[in-house]
Formats: sequence, structure tokens, C-alpha cells
Amino acid sequence: MKTKNRLFENTVHGVFLILGLITVGCVLLITIYLIVSGIPAICKIGFFEFLFGTEWASTAAEPSYGILPFILTSVYGTAGAVLIGVPIGILTAVYLAKIAPPKIKSVVTGAVGLLAGIPSVVYGLVGMLVLVPGIRTLFNVPDGASLLAAIIVLAVMILPSVINVSVTALEAVPKEYEYASLALGATPSETYFKVSVPAAKSGIVAAIVLGVGRAIGESMAVMMVSGNAVNMPSLFESVRFLTTAVASEMSYSSGLQQQALFSVALVLFLFIMLINATLNFFLKRNRGE
Amino acid sequence: MENRCISKKRKAYMVLMRSLMLFSVGITCALVIFMIIYVLVNGLPNITWKLLSGKPNYIDGNIGILPDILNTLYIIVTALCIVIPIGVGAAVYLTEYASNKKLVSIIEYAAETLSGIPSIIYGLVGMLFFCQFLNMKTSLLAGALTLVIMNLPTVMRTTQESLKTVPQSYREGAFGLGAGKWRTIRTVVLPGCIDGVITGCILSIGRILGESAALLFTAGVAHVLNGFFESLSSSGSTLTVALYVYAKERGEFDVAFAIAAILMILTLLINFLAASVGWFFKKRRNT
Repeated sequence: MKTKNRLFENTVHGVFLILGLITVGCVLLITIYLIVSGIPAICKIGFFEFLFGTEWASTAAEPSYGILPFILTSVYGTAGAVLIGVPIGILTAVYLAKIAPPKIKSVVTGAVGLLAGIPSVVYGLVGMLVLVPGIRTLFNVPDGASLLAAIIVLAVMILPSVINVSVTALEAVPKEYEYASLALGATPSETYFKVSVPAAKSGIVAAIVLGVGRAIGESMAVMMVSGNAVNMPSLFESVRFLTTAVASEMSYSSGLQQQALFSVALVLFLFIMLINATLNFFLKRNRGE
Repeated sequence: MENRCISKKRKAYMVLMRSLMLFSVGITCALVIFMIIYVLVNGLPNITWKLLSGKPNYIDGNIGILPDILNTLYIIVTALCIVIPIGVGAAVYLTEYASNKKLVSIIEYAAETLSGIPSIIYGLVGMLFFCQFLNMKTSLLAGALTLVIMNLPTVMRTTQESLKTVPQSYREGAFGLGAGKWRTIRTVVLPGCIDGVITGCILSIGRILGESAALLFTAGVAHVLNGFFESLSSSGSTLTVALYVYAKERGEFDVAFAIAAILMILTLLINFLAASVGWFFKKRRNT
């Protein structure tokens, strides 16, 4: 009876252990698959020609696979989105965490949650029909589907993550710091921006890094507003990101072209892993302090 | 009073910062309101019974989204049925069983990594692994399995958080009465984490509804009306994928807006549900 019981308990323990390890298995699966399928094309094309080649013509008779335009577009697009989205996000977060009356706070927090929940294709659709024509008429360019449109859409899409993480970080700042600052004669605004924000520094940096991750990984909304032509990034030019490069050619690609797309995905994956590691570093530091 | 004794420069700083903050909050709120109103105003008039109940027919040019609605439901049900046991099991392992600190941190790091991977990469790996390696072809099942991996961290985290709120004394009580580990988990711990599971479900549904990039290559873009089991093995598009196809590839903006309006209403509903579930269980726990 006892051994039977113990056997049963051990079986249950084993089952839960396996369920726990599935997550690790998934990460390994994704990593291995991307590396295995991404390396061959890089070897065939050549590491430097692939990463630093400026021409991508996958369907030409003499195909060339240089992904520098994609990499630069992703970097510029993300930087632009962060430049617009982060200041707005942090200022909103300071207001929500420190100043807003409870009622306004709960309403705005709900609204931000909604912003996070809207599917990316809906952002893409609205961007396509509002931003793209808007940019065309406002800046008098032949086509509004451009890097600028993508930057604006991305800025809106990273807002909720930036706001939520920053609010959490700002709320964790000990009240004593602020009381001390106020008691020394600082105005509330000075206290919030010169005491609270620096004290919540690593949390806010984590929020920015999270935003960077979101922006660099977004594909569908960007695909709908960025025009999708392979160009070196320029604000009013139609561009293609790392993500949209994969998404737009995957369905009809084959052979070396498909392998090259896997390599593009591998590059994107490496970017994301780097960002994740940075994020974890700052989150840990935030928790530790 | 304070205004009298501070310098002009500091006063200017105060006013500037305050107005910048209000400006930012204003932009954020305006964006939300604009998105809701713009989508609903353009979308609601296009939602007709014919659109909701029909399927696309190339002969008479009719467009119906019933297959897409059904596919979305199928994919949600399938994905949840798989992700809930795995996610809850993993969370139970982490909080109840795991004694090896290193293993716990590896699993948690894996979950964090998973939640940071962009959906297009899930789509790609899902296509390679489920569709090609496991030979499922482009099918709803392959799509659902891809979504399972995507949503695993969400379910795990919400369950884990609610497991942590089950008081340790409950477990000790159960052990004291002679219950084994599994019996304690089944009768004391699991009922205590029901709110986490429900929250995880709602968040996952929201994420599945909004997902498109991961499904484009795994579940495909067909609009065929099928029963549950047939459709699992055949290609089918969900509402979001259908929106993308209608807007970007076919230029049918009326249909796209109708779908967008439906998605917007569902998003509102899900956010409201998630908030009220949290509120309900918090209240119940406190009384």
C-alpha cells in the first residue's frame, strides 16, 4: 500500500516536472530550428555579403541577398518609435503614478490596457487609411506608405508597454524619498522628475527596452503601412523591415530564397535575444534594489 | 504661498513639466478615443446579417465572414484546451514541487524568453516544425499549436501569481490531516488558483484574437466553411488574418472595417471581463 502510494506520488511529480520542462523545450526548439535553418544560407551567400550587402533582389535572375537595408530600417524604425513613444509614455506614467486622482487613474489605466489589446492589424488598417493619405498630402510626397508612417504606428503600439512598466517602477519608489525632497523645499514637479524618476531609473530603462523589443518584433501593422519596397531607410521612402521581409516573401519562396529568409529570421531572433537579456538585467536590478 | 518664495526659473520648470505631462496624458487618451470611434463609425454600418452569416462566393461576389468567425472560435477552443493543462501544470510544478533553484530559474527564464519572441518568428518555426516536420500541412491545428507555445508564458504567470496567494497554512492543514501531496494539490491548491486560470484564459483569448503574423503561415488564409474536426486538419483564416487579407490584398475596406469593429468590440469586452474577474476574486478573497 505504502509503496504503491509512493509510486503514485512520484508519477504525479514526474508528470508536473515534464509539464514544467515543456517551456524550456519550446525555447530550445525555436532556437535550434532557427539556427539550423538559418546558417546554411549565410554560409552559401557569405557572412559579410549577407549582413552588409546593400542589395536584396531575391527573385532576380542573378539574385543577391544583402540584408543591410532591412537591418537599418528595423534599427531606424525602432529608434524613431522610441524617440516619439518613450517621452510621451514616461510623462504619462509620472502623471498616473504620482499626480492623477484615483478615478482618473483607473480610467486612463483602463484606456491604456485597451490600447494594448487592440490587434495589430487594426492599427495597420487605421494607419493605412488615416496616416498614409495624411502623410501624402501633408508632406506632398508621391506615396505616404513610408518609414514615417511605420514609426508613428510603432510609437503608438509601444506606448502601453512603456506606460505600464514605468508606472509599476515609479510606484515602487519609497515615499520617504519624495517626502524628504518636498521637505527640503522642492516643488512637486521637481520632486517627481529629479527624485522619483532617477530612483525608478532601472525600471524605466526596462520599460524602454521592452518597447524596443515590441517595436522591432512587430510585423503585420508595419507591413500594412510601410510600403514594403526594398530601399535604404529614408523617412518618406517605402521601406522593408526585418519582420516584413520574412512575412512578405515567405508564402511563395523556395530554395535559397527561402533559406535566406530563415537567415533573416535568425538575425531578428539574435536581436530579440540581445534585447531580452538586457531587459532581464534591468528588471533583476530593479527587483534587487 | 509656495509660489511667492520660488524663483521664476523654477516656476517655469513647474509649469512646463505639468503641461508636458497633461499633454502626454491627453495624447494617450485621445489616441484611445480616436481608435475606438474611428473604427466603430467606419465599421458598424458595414456589419450586416449577410456578412455575418455567409461565406465568400466568387460567382456572385458575395463576401461573408462566417467561416472566419468559426475558425477563430475553433482555434481559441483548441489552443486553450492544450495550453491550460500545460500552463497550470508548469505553474504547479514551479510553486509546489520544484526544490532545485537552478531548474526554477531556467524554466522562468525560458518563459520570459518565450514572451519576448515576436509572433512572426513563432509563425516561421510553427510552419517549419508543425506544418513541415510533423506533416500537418497548413492547418488550424498547426496554428493552434503555435498559439499554445505563444500563450504558455501568460497562463503560467497568472496561475503562478494566484498560487502564491494560497496561504501556506492551507497546505499544512491538508498535510496534517494525512493528505498526500497530490491530494493536497487537487483539493486545496488548485481550487485556490481558479482566478489565475480564468484570468490567463481571458488574456490568452485576447491574444489569440489579435494574432495574425503567427497564423499567416501556419493556419493559412482559406475561407472555407467546415465542421470542427474537418477544419482542424484544413487551412482556415481567423478574423484578424481575414482582415489583413481583405484590406491589404483585396482592397475590400468595408469588410476590413466591419471585422475591425467586431474585433474592437471583442477587445473592449475582454478588457472589461479581465478587470471584473480580478475585482470579483479580490473582493471574494477579502470577505
